Amino acid sequence: MQKIEAVIQPGKLDAVKEALVEIGIDGMTILEARGHGRQKGHTEFYRGREYSVDLLPKIKLEVVTTDEMAEKVVQAIITAAQTGAIGDGKIFLSRIDDAIRIRNEDRGDLAL
Amino acid sequence: MGFAISGTVLAQSQGERIAALEKQVADAKTAVVSAQSAGDNAWMLVSAALVLMMSGPGLALFYGGLVRKKNILGTMMQTFAMMAIITVLWALIGYSLAFGVNNGVSGSFIGGFSNALLHGVGLVPDGVYVTTIPLQTFMVYQLMFAIITPALITGAFAERMKFSAMLLFLTLWAIFVYSPMAHMVWGQHGLLNAALGGKFPTLDFAGGTVVHVTSGISALVTCLYLGKRVGYPKEPMPPHSVVLSFVGACLLWVGWFGFNAGSALAANGLATSAFVATHFAAAAAAISWSAAEWMKNGKPTALGAISGAVAGLVGITPAAGFVTPISAIAIGLITGAFCFFMVFIVKMKFGYDDSLDAFGVHGAGGTIGAILTGIFANSAINPIFGAGKATGLLEGNGKQVLNQFVGVALAWGISIVGTLILLFLVDKLVGLRVSEEDEREGLDLSQHGEEGYHAEMSSH
Repeated sequence: MQKIEAVIQPGKLDAVKEALVEIGIDGMTILEARGHGRQKGHTEFYRGREYSVDLLPKIKLEVVTTDEMAEKVVQAIITAAQTGAIGDGKIFLSRIDDAIRIRNEDRGDLAL
Repeated sequence: MGFAISGTVLAQSQGERIAALEKQVADAKTAVVSAQSAGDNAWMLVSAALVLMMSGPGLALFYGGLVRKKNILGTMMQTFAMMAIITVLWALIGYSLAFGVNNGVSGSFIGGFSNALLHGVGLVPDGVYVTTIPLQTFMVYQLMFAIITPALITGAFAERMKFSAMLLFLTLWAIFVYSPMAHMVWGQHGLLNAALGGKFPTLDFAGGTVVHVTSGISALVTCLYLGKRVGYPKEPMPPHSVVLSFVGACLLWVGWFGFNAGSALAANGLATSAFVATHFAAAAAAISWSAAEWMKNGKPTALGAISGAVAGLVGITPAAGFVTPISAIAIGLITGAFCFFMVFIVKMKFGYDDSLDAFGVHGAGGTIGAILTGIFANSAINPIFGAGKATGLLEGNGKQVLNQFVGVALAWGISIVGTLILLFLVDKLVGLRVSEEDEREGLDLSQHGEEGYHAEMSSH
């Protein structure tokens, strides 16, 4: 089992969601987040005073899936979220030891 | 009536007819008076409500959006507290000090106690301040001005004054600064009263000096006395919701029709003239502030546009009811650009923390507006010095600009001295500032024990 954590542009959420549903992923968790990587923030002006905003709104998406599906998920996210510009986001993969469905105590791949 | 009328019958009927006609004329006169009273009173009650709407929700939203979210309730409460406290104070002595009859020497500066507890403020015109509406309508209309004026000052000391100190300071301020100033400009025998025989007739239609210069200058004094907010200007303190400010500013614009056009105290042509001037000046100032900002920073902001409109409304306040629509546009353009200069250049240069620009907009805009009134006032709009007599500089009455300076100088003087004394007093009595810890936590929690926004909503 693997966990895929993707930080993407908020405007790309719908496209990524659709792409994941298309390859058969039916569970995901979405978090509204703030952050930045190499992308610098922007400047805002209020009555002449300049404010630099460096933590930008982002979406963090989490999917836990089987080892076989993981690469497909990564590809689907890349295809849907890529614009080629700085700030497109990042994807992180990590191993998951186990998963449990609370309703009926299914474990492992069965619980996904 | 018969066809053949004998002499006696005719004589009788003539007498009866004359009596009937006299009664008819008298009835018609009564009907005209009560019709005018009904029309004027309807407009003045609506105007009073509009001016209250400028404080809450107008100013509360305008200021509330400009502070950080930990201070929104504290900021809104400051304006709302004025709605409650000044109202009661007005009934006790405020109205009497501002508009009470005072025939003594001090009558040039302050009203007496003759109308304390609203004694004698009834439901008929008094013949001095009003001739067609109940004096009580005039009283409650003027009350709304007395509420918003101290509320305007709160913008300068936002995010750092104790609630208790604010209550005490602004209550005393209403008594010792606002009431005398209102009396001098609008009260019977007032030193600056242009309509009721003042020595230095200052033109102030709706409160450029009484409301905006006094509040704006007191705002500057207060923010200097109090010092900057903790972290200012190093820490970023952007407005937490320009959206709230935007709604507030638009409510202010609409409410200002009651403020300025209502100051005609009648539903007449003068009210229309003031209404039109108000609207045109607000629009023109929104344009000039935005244009200046666009040129300086490369982008016209929403906050800039609404700030400009408010500046224009301030600038036209003394002039509405004296100037043509085209002059109103000129006043708006000048005031918008001038206030932009005060907020963007002067404030940055001197570094005072006039947090929400109460001085930059109201003090500066009120001052320039009062001077411009002496330039643009026109006897064709309002022959206040007599029909055909030159009123403003452009008509040939250069002396009026001097009188305007006298009015402004008096307003500056009483505001600086009065505010300094009151701040010193309140500081000694209860302390003006919240502790640094409370300031970091925010006024909402430290002063009121509540929060404007719940934690789960506070990520944006």
